[in-house]
Amino acid sequence: MTLSSEDLINKARLARRYVIETVHHAGAGHLGGPLSAIDLLTYLYFKEMNIDPKNPRNENRDRFVLSKGHSAIGLYSVLALRGYLPVEELKTFDAINSRLQAHPDLNALPGLDMSTGSLGQGISAAVGMALGAKLQNKAFRTYCIVGDGESQEGQVWEAADVASKYRLDNFVAILDYNKLQQFGWNGENGRRKIPVEAPENRWRAFGWHVISIDGHNFEEIEAAFKEAREVKDRPTIIIANTVKGKGVSFMENAYLWHSRVPTNEELANAIKELCVEG
Amino acid sequence: MASLLSDKKETMRDIFGETILQLSKEDEKVYVVDGDLANSTKIDGVALKNPDKFLQMGIAEQNMLSVCSGLATTGLQPWAVTFAAFLSKRAIDQIQVQIAQPNLNVNMIGAYSGLLTGLTGKTHQSLEDIAIFRTLANMTVLAPADSTEVKKMMEFAHQFDGPVYMRLARDPYPVIFEDDYEFEIGKAVSLKEGTDVTIISTGTQTSRSIEAAESLEKEGLSVAVLHMPTIKPLDKKAIVKAAEKTGVIVTAEEHSIYGGLGSAVAEVLVEEKPVPMLRVGVKDRNTESAPNEALLEDFEVSAAHIAKAVKEVVKRK
Repeated sequence: MTLSSEDLINKARLARRYVIETVHHAGAGHLGGPLSAIDLLTYLYFKEMNIDPKNPRNENRDRFVLSKGHSAIGLYSVLALRGYLPVEELKTFDAINSRLQAHPDLNALPGLDMSTGSLGQGISAAVGMALGAKLQNKAFRTYCIVGDGESQEGQVWEAADVASKYRLDNFVAILDYNKLQQFGWNGENGRRKIPVEAPENRWRAFGWHVISIDGHNFEEIEAAFKEAREVKDRPTIIIANTVKGKGVSFMENAYLWHSRVPTNEELANAIKELCVEG
Repeated sequence: MASLLSDKKETMRDIFGETILQLSKEDEKVYVVDGDLANSTKIDGVALKNPDKFLQMGIAEQNMLSVCSGLATTGLQPWAVTFAAFLSKRAIDQIQVQIAQPNLNVNMIGAYSGLLTGLTGKTHQSLEDIAIFRTLANMTVLAPADSTEVKKMMEFAHQFDGPVYMRLARDPYPVIFEDDYEFEIGKAVSLKEGTDVTIISTGTQTSRSIEAAESLEKEGLSVAVLHMPTIKPLDKKAIVKAAEKTGVIVTAEEHSIYGGLGSAVAEVLVEEKPVPMLRVGVKDRNTESAPNEALLEDFEVSAAHIAKAVKEVVKRK
């Protein structure tokens, strides 16, 4: 798809609106994490990945795993925008028998490549997909968004180790480095934070190619994915510096919005800030 | 009368290793996934003779099972082979979320199951694996009694599209089944007819149950032995039929009495045909490292303990 940064910005705004409206409608769900990952998801599904919403199970499609499965509503919103499901269906999020489970369910919705939600597991399954492509000489690439809080799970590093040992240059992980988690540790001025500083060093130590970017800047996102395609013999991680709650001023950098439901007034203010027609 | 147990003894993991090497050569989709125990679990033959089909995941079972999930989504059939204790306890969340729930084609082999794991003790013994795996929706749970059955179950698992857990033993056991034995998923196998009592056994306890039944026969008790190679899905009809025929039941398994075959049989009997029953298995105790015979004796799971339970349950008729 040939889309300008402006097109992508507009799509991401609309996806953010869907996220907030859906959580308001369902009366439950996560907000901060999905909003920090929306620009990355938008770029992946509209520009980077070789996918076809009409043929979601094509065996040669690129694969995507949302390892931070708690941001499912962010993924569903982008999938709806991309044509995998009707936008109207977002209203079924969390309802009984819905295809849109609180955490992604591989069997429920075509277009999902893995079930996630128990943190730390998604990246390992994505490593399995990339390894499966190598073993079968298939050209598809595998992408995986990992949370920074999630990276406290030891399994993430087991996966990092194996991806490096098998030289998976068809694999790109993206760290949604928003520097907040559900509760976390004490920071300055009463703020909460994650304890991880300089994740670049950790991933480099595991033998990965590391690229650091502003995860809300589409030019930088594009350049990073292009660079990843040129890397040989090792996997790439894009450290995407993001803002939890990005796009709505009163949700940004506030851990309380990790999974809070907006009031009617907050919803109206959020939509006003996003300046987007529904 | 000749014993049902032949004099020939074979080791399940040896047969498993030979068979998986063969399968990995015959089917391009089959991959063997190791957690750095290949020379114990006997999949080292694949690493040495068919190395392209051998994947080393190192000592990291959580990642190992999740990687198998990803491999399966690309159309491959991974066989994850490690000790039953690690498979069932270190990686069970990964197995539930990413293999069982999505119903993926991953075969999981718990080598070194039960109590007799070669002087390794409580960290390596596996007395909960049946209980844990049978709570997972979509999961098939198998416990072979001898090497012939291992091979037949592997043929089944290779053809079957869905997650399978199979527990193996470390040490040699008498061969029970001839080469023409046909394993059928979800079907009990009547090894010996009898009218006074039925022993329902699984895995390695089937040969000890035969031993117990044959010795009791000499004392004048008519003891049936019903081998249960598939613990899930369970052959409920065969259990009810046995209860109707003999009126009392003993279960025997190299597993905790909580949650395993004994519990599964009790669940069926309580709902369908309540009769007196006793469970032979490891009771509510921590286990330890010791020679096999000492463990069987101390943890009350020897053939003599099965015979003792049979005599006790018959009194309750």
